[in-house]
Amino acid sequence: MMLEIDNLRVSYGGIRALHGLSLRIDAGEIVCVLGANGAGKSTTLRAISRLVPVEKGGTMRFVGRDLLGYSPDKVVSQLGISHVPEGRRLFGNLTVKENLRFAAFARKDGGGIARDTERVFTIFPRLQERAGQKAGTLSGGEQQMLAIGRAFVSARKLMLLDEPSMGLAPLLMMSVFAALQEINRAEGTAILLVEQNARLALHFAARGYVLENGHIVLEGSSQALLHDERVKKAYLGG
Amino acid sequence: MTYFFQNVVNALQWGSFYALIALGYSMVYSILMLFNFAHGDIFMVGAYIGFGVATLLVAMSAGGAIVLPGWLILILTILISMFLTALLGMFVERVGYRPLRDAPRASAAITGLMIGIILETGNLWLLGARRVSFPSLIQTVTYDVGGVILTNKKIMIVLVALAFMLALHLFVRHSKWGMAMRAMAFDYVVVPLMGVSINTIARMTFAIGSALAAVAGILFSIAYPVLDPYMGIVFGWKAFVAAILGGRGSIMGAALAGFLLGFIEIFVAMAFPSTLRDLIAYSIIMVILVFRPHGFFGEPYSAKLRL
Repeated sequence: MMLEIDNLRVSYGGIRALHGLSLRIDAGEIVCVLGANGAGKSTTLRAISRLVPVEKGGTMRFVGRDLLGYSPDKVVSQLGISHVPEGRRLFGNLTVKENLRFAAFARKDGGGIARDTERVFTIFPRLQERAGQKAGTLSGGEQQMLAIGRAFVSARKLMLLDEPSMGLAPLLMMSVFAALQEINRAEGTAILLVEQNARLALHFAARGYVLENGHIVLEGSSQALLHDERVKKAYLGG
Repeated sequence: MTYFFQNVVNALQWGSFYALIALGYSMVYSILMLFNFAHGDIFMVGAYIGFGVATLLVAMSAGGAIVLPGWLILILTILISMFLTALLGMFVERVGYRPLRDAPRASAAITGLMIGIILETGNLWLLGARRVSFPSLIQTVTYDVGGVILTNKKIMIVLVALAFMLALHLFVRHSKWGMAMRAMAFDYVVVPLMGVSINTIARMTFAIGSALAAVAGILFSIAYPVLDPYMGIVFGWKAFVAAILGGRGSIMGAALAGFLLGFIEIFVAMAFPSTLRDLIAYSIIMVILVFRPHGFFGEPYSAKLRL
């Protein structure tokens, strides 16, 4: 077991966003979390990245270590969990290359950084063409590629992806997911994907969880979820 | 005409102090969205540290322990004071501001004022209510260039200030740490997701800003060698205005605005009674800000404050 979350509860300003969530990810596995807007999907990822305070009683363990003992930057630099946030959140005033360099800021292995940067450019040749360009001037698809590339360079035992398909044309969406599949296959990176596009997510992931109002209401293999009547009705458009 | 050029020279020197102090304000504001209202007093402490170091080195030199020429004492004074004042800045960040990172901005502003008061009264308590004189380290040499009076000190002050500004500019543009500051100024919420600690960058920024304030303090002491514990207050406020005028996130903007402030003040005093200097000078700045509310080079903070 790589990531083990039990009874996770998170509140924002007195309103509880997660009511005792439990979730597991195995090494190298791709898992998705489905749910409507406001169900608590992003909050789950923020809790894993330690960006939001977690209420007492819950546990989060990553490869046997207590996640609650790590600050947000250490979750990345010491545990190896990277996070592609909703809306990409690139440093628009830095160039593509600088965004990647900054993602490697905490790393000490110069050779490894160079290799990983090369690898990002191999996976996304478009980024190499745009290497000297400010990230703020990239198209939506290119920005998503850079956001994934940045996460790849910063850490990749586990990647948390928040709505990577958002705002992308179908063709670009497919190529982004193909790249993620390639990263997962070649590097053994486990992926936790949060998506509103349930069909896409279930074809990409091996397993899934369905989140409603801060509760896990359903979990299972992607095949089972794809054929589940409730999932079909609520998330796959009948 | 010579009167005009004489004032240009004076404005350049005066603006150098504002510009160096404004840089510290601007850097901290860019990355943390807070104004360090103790910064003027850090400038004051920097001047006093410079006074202490210089006095000590002069005494050692006079005692014959090690005989150092004045210019070398000056260089050593600047470097040692930068280091010590940087430590003070890091301490202020750690104790004063880090616990308030998620607190309302007003709390940080009040804390800054409080830290300023502590530094002023701490100084009074330590040295008593008397003014101290900065030792004269280099002989003043006066040049008459077509009626405009230049001194070696004035030239040195402006050149040293410009050199530090250039160094800072290169650091921010080209170093890894400077890149971190630029990234943090753009969207500080995402910085930890890159495995980088916000605290580390904040600490470094306070250290650099405070070191530059120490440089300003020593340069000021060379031009006006009488120091008093409240010298940082007015300078702090004016440098704060320069930082606003330069625009958030623009280091060169803050430096340029510092010089502009120097020019406006000196030239207002040239045309009007000097008692009205600040009133008129800052009215001009208010009018500028009406037309450029984000300053010369600033942009509104666009990133969301939460993930």
